[in-house]
Amino acid sequence: MTAASSTGADARTEVPLKRRLKRAERARQIRALALILPLLLFLLFTFAGPIAGMLWRSVDDREVRRVLPQTVAALANWDGKDLPDEKAYAALASDILAARASGTIAIAAKRLNYALNGFRTILTSTARNLKAEPEPGTAREALGKINPAWRERITWTTIKDASGPMTGFYLLSALDLTRNVDGAIVAAPPDQAIYRNVFARTFIISLSVTALCLILGFPVAYLLATLPAGRSNLLMIFVLLPFWTSLLVRTCAWIVLLQSKGVVNDSLLWLGIIDEPLRLIYNRFGVCVAMTHVLLPFMILPLYSSMKAISPAYMRAAASLGAPPATAFLRIYLPQTLPGIGAGSLLVFILALGYYITPALVGGAADQMISYFIALYTTETANWGLASASGAVLLLATVLLALVYGKLVQGQQVTGGMKN
Amino acid sequence: MSDNPSLRTASQRIAWTTTIVISTLVFIFLIAPILAIMPLSFSSGSYLTYPLPGLSLRWYDDFINSPRWMNSLKNSMIIGVASTLLSMVLGTLAALGLAQWNSRFKPLVLAFVLSPVVVPGVITAVGLYFFFAPIGLTGTYLGLILAHTALATPFVVITVGATLQSFDTNLARAAASLGASPLYAFRRVILPLILPGVASGALFAFATSFDEVVIVLFMAGPEQRTLPREMFSGIRENISPTITAAAVILTTVSVILLATLEGLRRRNERLKCSSA
Repeated sequence: MTAASSTGADARTEVPLKRRLKRAERARQIRALALILPLLLFLLFTFAGPIAGMLWRSVDDREVRRVLPQTVAALANWDGKDLPDEKAYAALASDILAARASGTIAIAAKRLNYALNGFRTILTSTARNLKAEPEPGTAREALGKINPAWRERITWTTIKDASGPMTGFYLLSALDLTRNVDGAIVAAPPDQAIYRNVFARTFIISLSVTALCLILGFPVAYLLATLPAGRSNLLMIFVLLPFWTSLLVRTCAWIVLLQSKGVVNDSLLWLGIIDEPLRLIYNRFGVCVAMTHVLLPFMILPLYSSMKAISPAYMRAAASLGAPPATAFLRIYLPQTLPGIGAGSLLVFILALGYYITPALVGGAADQMISYFIALYTTETANWGLASASGAVLLLATVLLALVYGKLVQGQQVTGGMKN
Repeated sequence: MSDNPSLRTASQRIAWTTTIVISTLVFIFLIAPILAIMPLSFSSGSYLTYPLPGLSLRWYDDFINSPRWMNSLKNSMIIGVASTLLSMVLGTLAALGLAQWNSRFKPLVLAFVLSPVVVPGVITAVGLYFFFAPIGLTGTYLGLILAHTALATPFVVITVGATLQSFDTNLARAAASLGASPLYAFRRVILPLILPGVASGALFAFATSFDEVVIVLFMAGPEQRTLPREMFSGIRENISPTITAAAVILTTVSVILLATLEGLRRRNERLKCSSA
């Protein structure tokens, strides 16, 4: 661009120069994008893809149509108002015989049992007792004789609901909802309705931990922001060291401290404050204490940076205008810390929502949060649809809160100022 | 401790004293558990209580002579170093690109790049478990390294991005006008200047991988168990003093990382001051 532009004295080169600049800028943008692209592709494979796959699993419902294809086809036009016709019964009998031969009955039985308790027995007993394909026209009678459940409408609506290829069943289950025999969405029976309880518990624990972090973190952030730099840098170590210490180490430390023969109980017994060990761990108290300890730095650091940005001149001005210290604090200082309070609280709340390790190690059965159930359904009971659906609900909550957080900190420099 | 300049009235002094008292208690709350667990690892007895019956290194001996613990330490190092290197390359490139890229999609891309930090660990772990199992990446080092790199790279993007903020782009232009090829300019001008940012990003990345346990719980086979994973099952089964020895080793690593980071920050500030 140096040599060419200097020769262009006449007006004609004016346009090409502009165009060349534009072209150079475009090349720069393409080069920039090429630098970002490797990370984007990498995250697509190791992060976005897996999460999209999980979301897909929460609506994916192809087990039954794979195992009982003829039945699903025969039920396609059934209105569900009465028992299906003889054709559906014959299709089911032939499907069951085929599935028994290929050993796939259990796959369909497992899926149908999620929707209707006892379906596993219905299907396996039928598979066991069905000797051969019933004579034409006698399938309904034959199946009904083997298991009277085939004379019930709900048995058939359950199969139709599970015919896939996509379903809202798992997502509804994760919200304690289900479809009744007429296809209307109703509350799940009380013995299966545990998720709202779990979500409420997750919410309450996260909220308590956030409140505790704010109460404990505010004075500390204020102290650090007010002290001269040398001393506050030194005290900052007390915040940063726990922040950098392994989560497992901190959780382990709390167990050692709080267990019935632990350091705290021993000290209290020795001091004569209590007569027998208190139950401090494997309950809600232990979960809240350990989680507050882990998350407190995430509250202190944003609070500190928002307080650091408040000029002391404001407080001096308030005082010189005659405001009592308490009024000046409440009317001048506190409002300016609100963005920091909002950012810190949201951050702690978002992180707390997804907690798994700490509650799993220091909580009791009644303190397990939603992540615990997602893990349980994935590895123990292998109900992947339900695990994915609960994960989808948790992800939705997290993403919504993170969007609010993003709006809140837009002006602040949390992203290294790389936002436009 | 009355450095606060605006302590004129008695009520202000009371408020300030209260702040100091509460803060001291919170500092104790933050530090005490970590400090309390350390001496227990040097106990000669096998109960995790004070007073210690005597001092010994038997639990460290136990740790070093246990193939299970030593293997987990080795695994943590392999996975930590590999994912740190990978995330350094990917994160630095992306941060350089993001600094030059002007597009209305930039906030969206940035949010996507940083999202692995925010998404709950269990969701990432379950997703990866489903995704990696059919392609044979569960129960392998490669699978864990890839997963940890995804979690660690956002920290490199943030720290390098922050360094690029204060980077004078005229320096790159000057290098170009003096005839340096882009690659040469990067190696000799840009890289030395952003190196502190890359280094602190690498420390964050290593700490992230070294501390991660949820993904390891889902994806690691018995061969790939890391130190936190071994601690997790140790805590679940029964807490032996060997775990406290492992905790001290982990904490020592954290302190070294933190001290290095602090050193980098100080050096950076000194450089800034001297150039100003």
